Amino acid sequence: MEALQAVLKNPPINTKNQNVKDRAEALMLKVLSAFKSSDIEKAVQSLDKNGVDLLMKYIYKGFEKPSENSSATLLQWHEKALSAGGVGSIVRVLTARKTV
Amino acid sequence: MSLHQFLLEPITCHAWNRDRTQIAISPNNHEVHIYQKSGNQWVKSHELKEHNGHITGIDWAPKSDRIVTCGADRNAYVWSLKDGVWKPTLVILRINRAATFVKWSPLENKFAVGSGARLISVCYFESDNDWWVSKHIKKPIRSTVLSLDWHPNNVLLAAGSCDFKCRVFSAYIKEVEEKPGPTPWGSKMPFGAVLAEFGGAGGGGWVHSVSFSSSGNRLAWVSHDSTVTVVDGTKGSTPSQLKTEFLPLLSVLFISENSVVAAGHDCYPVLFVYDGTKGSVTFGGKLDVPKQTSQRGISARERFQNLDRRATSSETTEQGLESLHKNSISQISVLEGGKSKCSTFCTTGMDGGMVTWDVKSLESALKDLKIV
Repeated sequence: MEALQAVLKNPPINTKNQNVKDRAEALMLKVLSAFKSSDIEKAVQSLDKNGVDLLMKYIYKGFEKPSENSSATLLQWHEKALSAGGVGSIVRVLTARKTV
Repeated sequence: MSLHQFLLEPITCHAWNRDRTQIAISPNNHEVHIYQKSGNQWVKSHELKEHNGHITGIDWAPKSDRIVTCGADRNAYVWSLKDGVWKPTLVILRINRAATFVKWSPLENKFAVGSGARLISVCYFESDNDWWVSKHIKKPIRSTVLSLDWHPNNVLLAAGSCDFKCRVFSAYIKEVEEKPGPTPWGSKMPFGAVLAEFGGAGGGGWVHSVSFSSSGNRLAWVSHDSTVTVVDGTKGSTPSQLKTEFLPLLSVLFISENSVVAAGHDCYPVLFVYDGTKGSVTFGGKLDVPKQTSQRGISARERFQNLDRRATSSETTEQGLESLHKNSISQISVLEGGKSKCSTFCTTGMDGGMVTWDVKSLESALKDLKIV
């Protein structure tokens, strides 16, 4: 749980360094897959509005490069984040000009 | 709440006359149709055909009874009723892209046209030459102007544009008016000066619609990243933003000093309340007719089908739209009460329908809804 908060703090939005973004994304994926399915909902509830938006951004970033098991966990996170943030959070992922 | 289905084509824009007995709409083509209310029916009384391109904006001046229309053919026409026929007067806007929006100023001596040419054309009537002259506001607009709203002092103009910013300009024309007094937005107002600029530097979305409150001290806008933002000019310039959970909203309107109604791609109007003391925007409620949902048990077969199709076995029937409008709402306008204490407002949408909403009955129907 704390790992999730930590990895969501200070996201590499403003940097142009692709390496930094890739490392942050890989770390995020590790944290998300480390959660048990039953804990996902609690974790999402503990985030505030901006945190949910940020989580959605990472989820979609993760969808772009699917590995063996990532899509399934990402989809579970997506469902819970959707019920917390609504379609508005997805719209904000699509309209955001600075990607995570 | 009454729904009237005009046609099957989307209604791109609409405007009411002063006593709300006539409505001018454009059914997504080059014409304006004026409908007259007779009893409970709407009868088409006039067709205004002069534009060569799709009509993107209509505004009806209540006191002087003139209609201004602007279109994708880069022109605007001012129509006056003479002997029961609407006669157009061409206005040379000097733009090289389509016009997107038009609005009469509160005193009706000028109107502003937003365009895809990255500028706003403010037009006033020059009586010596007997025609309409336009002046341009260009800097610092970087993209299409999507929406405009006049401040009640007839000089300030708010513009929302596709460069993700909402700005307040001065549209002071010395030929038609005297110098305005100072306002919370600024006191020195030469033509074209930017008095305030708000917007996402690295984020945000196209600003679809802006609205001044009736006192002119507050400004609200909705943007394509599903946010509603309100800024109070008297309280410094930090806007308060609410990230909504809905699809992007397309039109926003103040219905009292603290409440804002917005509607958009989600097909129902939504109420937001701005708290002046805390400086926060909160979601007030979804304004729609509550539908009686039929309570029937879900069979085992349906449960597995839902699990297969949607990965949830819940009963949420989002099959059909339960709102009055069946497609996105493109415009909201006040019918009665003005922006300070609106009692009825009207929405038109891409389903060709027009719905009039009564604030009192909405307040009683949806219990915890409060329009302060």
